[in-house]
Amino acid sequence: MEGIIPKLPVSKWVDLFVDWLTVTFAAAFDGVSNGLETIVEGIVTGLGYIPFYIFIILLGLVAWKLSSKGIALFTVIGLLLIENLGYWEPMLETLALVLSAVFLSVIIGVPVGIWASQNRTVKQIVTPVLDFMQTMPAFVYLIPAIFFFNIGIVPGVVASVIFAVPPTIRLTILGIHQVPADIIEATESFGSTTGQRLIKVQLPLAMPTIMAGINQSIMLALSMVVIASMVGAPGLGADVYRAVTQIQIGKGFEAGLAIVVIAIVLDRITQNIGVKKQGGNM
Amino acid sequence: MSEKNIKLSVKNVTKIFGKNPKKAIQLLKEGSSKGEILKKTGSTVGVNQAAFDVYAGEIFVIMGLSGSGKSTLVRTINRLIDPTAGEILIDGKDITKMKKDELRDIRRKKISMVFQKFALFPHRTVLENTEYGLEIQGIQKDKRKESAIKALKLVGLEGYENQYPNQLSGGMQQRVGLARALATDTDILLMDEAFSALDPLIRKDMQDELLELQNSMEKTIIFITHDLDEALRIGDRIALMKDGEIVQIGTPEEILMNPSNQYVERFVEDVDLSKVLTAGHVMKRAETVQVDKGPRVALQLMKKLGISSIYVVDKKQTLLGAIHAEVAKEAVEAGKGLHDIIDPNVQKVTSDTLLTDLFDQVSTASIPVAAVDENSRLLGILVRGAVIGALAGNNETINDIDQARAEAAASQLKGGNQ
Repeated sequence: MEGIIPKLPVSKWVDLFVDWLTVTFAAAFDGVSNGLETIVEGIVTGLGYIPFYIFIILLGLVAWKLSSKGIALFTVIGLLLIENLGYWEPMLETLALVLSAVFLSVIIGVPVGIWASQNRTVKQIVTPVLDFMQTMPAFVYLIPAIFFFNIGIVPGVVASVIFAVPPTIRLTILGIHQVPADIIEATESFGSTTGQRLIKVQLPLAMPTIMAGINQSIMLALSMVVIASMVGAPGLGADVYRAVTQIQIGKGFEAGLAIVVIAIVLDRITQNIGVKKQGGNM
Repeated sequence: MSEKNIKLSVKNVTKIFGKNPKKAIQLLKEGSSKGEILKKTGSTVGVNQAAFDVYAGEIFVIMGLSGSGKSTLVRTINRLIDPTAGEILIDGKDITKMKKDELRDIRRKKISMVFQKFALFPHRTVLENTEYGLEIQGIQKDKRKESAIKALKLVGLEGYENQYPNQLSGGMQQRVGLARALATDTDILLMDEAFSALDPLIRKDMQDELLELQNSMEKTIIFITHDLDEALRIGDRIALMKDGEIVQIGTPEEILMNPSNQYVERFVEDVDLSKVLTAGHVMKRAETVQVDKGPRVALQLMKKLGISSIYVVDKKQTLLGAIHAEVAKEAVEAGKGLHDIIDPNVQKVTSDTLLTDLFDQVSTASIPVAAVDENSRLLGILVRGAVIGALAGNNETINDIDQARAEAAASQLKGGNQ
């Protein structure tokens, strides 16, 4: 097996690098870990206080307002089904996991996207990093995530963010670049500063595209819940994982169905946010 | 415009697109053509050493076909495109050397721009669009609203404040574009093919309105167009561009009378003449006899020219009437003077009568119809064949075809719907 060129010790380098990171940034990782844990658990407890029927009605109303009557009906029936099957608690945990991952994705993704849209060098660096994040199998960065953040919901959130943030960044860049050149010229011709151009013109016009990116991030975060459960994140993913390992086909289907319901509800609700705001088409 | 103040001075502005601008400029100075430079350096010459002055309060039109560099040139004036070389002085200050914040100030207070495809902000209402320039200057809400509403009133868009641009027609959208540019009350207005995206009727209306507005505002307007018709209609002066170069600058009359460019020549040739040709364009030199000469002289003249009647004029060329050969013969025998035998009932038209209007008269007259000026002075005669020929599109019968075309073009522009 020995070739002419000795095998590059890539695995060793990565191991050393991760060790170094773990030791050097231990305090920082602990901080992040504690912070995230508090947030996620806060959301779960908060949502847990709301009686399920009120929660269902509220979400139904939101779906009606932002989307359509049909989606509202689907939301109500779907959530009732989840409650009936006994997955209410895990569903809230999953929701908390997804929402915090998406929240972080937006907080990180939109600014990075804006920066990359304004600066060519930044874009040239960001793009391959995004490719890397999206194609590297999630399990691979799940393991170091355990080193950094222990097991539990936090490495789950982190892994979800890594997987879910690229579309938000990409579509933020795209949305800003899609603003027609003559409109940019117009803002420039009146003497706008870069900030004014961004806030008053580019971001509002890019909003539908950015929202599409966030919608994609939500979907990707949801698709990570089962994988996240492997590092100890609670929720519907854990139920699926348990069912798979114990070969309980029926149980696995139930939990999977609950994930599908949540996915459809979140998707349909967020799909229309950016679109509805603008009066008609452009 | 009592005194001509230079508002904007463009001095040898050159824009090179591509990687090797320095070499390209060197070659330009040595007199290489656009094509040669592209071959040698791979760079494209956008604007080639353009130089002109624009006076305060005039409409200066830059005209050229697409690709002639006119849009690039106008963008160098507010530095949406940075010129590679040259100077642009606005009120004596060179903006090419300005720093970012100085330039921003110029854009806010001195120059505003109207765009071909309107470039309105689709997420803002008409009022918010109009307010934009003032908003970014940090002007208070009620103040900028007041200015914006005033500007909207000027362009006739009162009552549309809360509409969105996509709810308006193209013409109205461009009015918003104009109002947005007027709201900041800048001295200089750049209009980049501002009316080109509108259909012809609306375009004409907008041109008229712009001229009307200009009467009261006295802005310095730099108007870009590819439409010579438009250029001639609204321009106080016109600069013609070709291949990035300014080939001619002049008033519309100068451009028409002395076209230095093939495109203009072709345009002048294409004008529909039949609607504008007048008697003056087809009249021939009239043979006349002075009234104080005798009938013998008249008879002699007619014999020599082979005609049967001749017009009689006084010393000032005022048309008195005609004399027929037979009558003249009788007069000679009877010893009468010309005074006694003039037939004053001759058909006459003024020289600015349209050919189409005098067709009937010419075709029924027994002797050629006389063309006179407003003082009844004889200018020429209208021969039937020439009139019919001209109406039929035979240009050989027209006296000075180039002159006629130029006049025709000019009158078409002024009258519009004659």
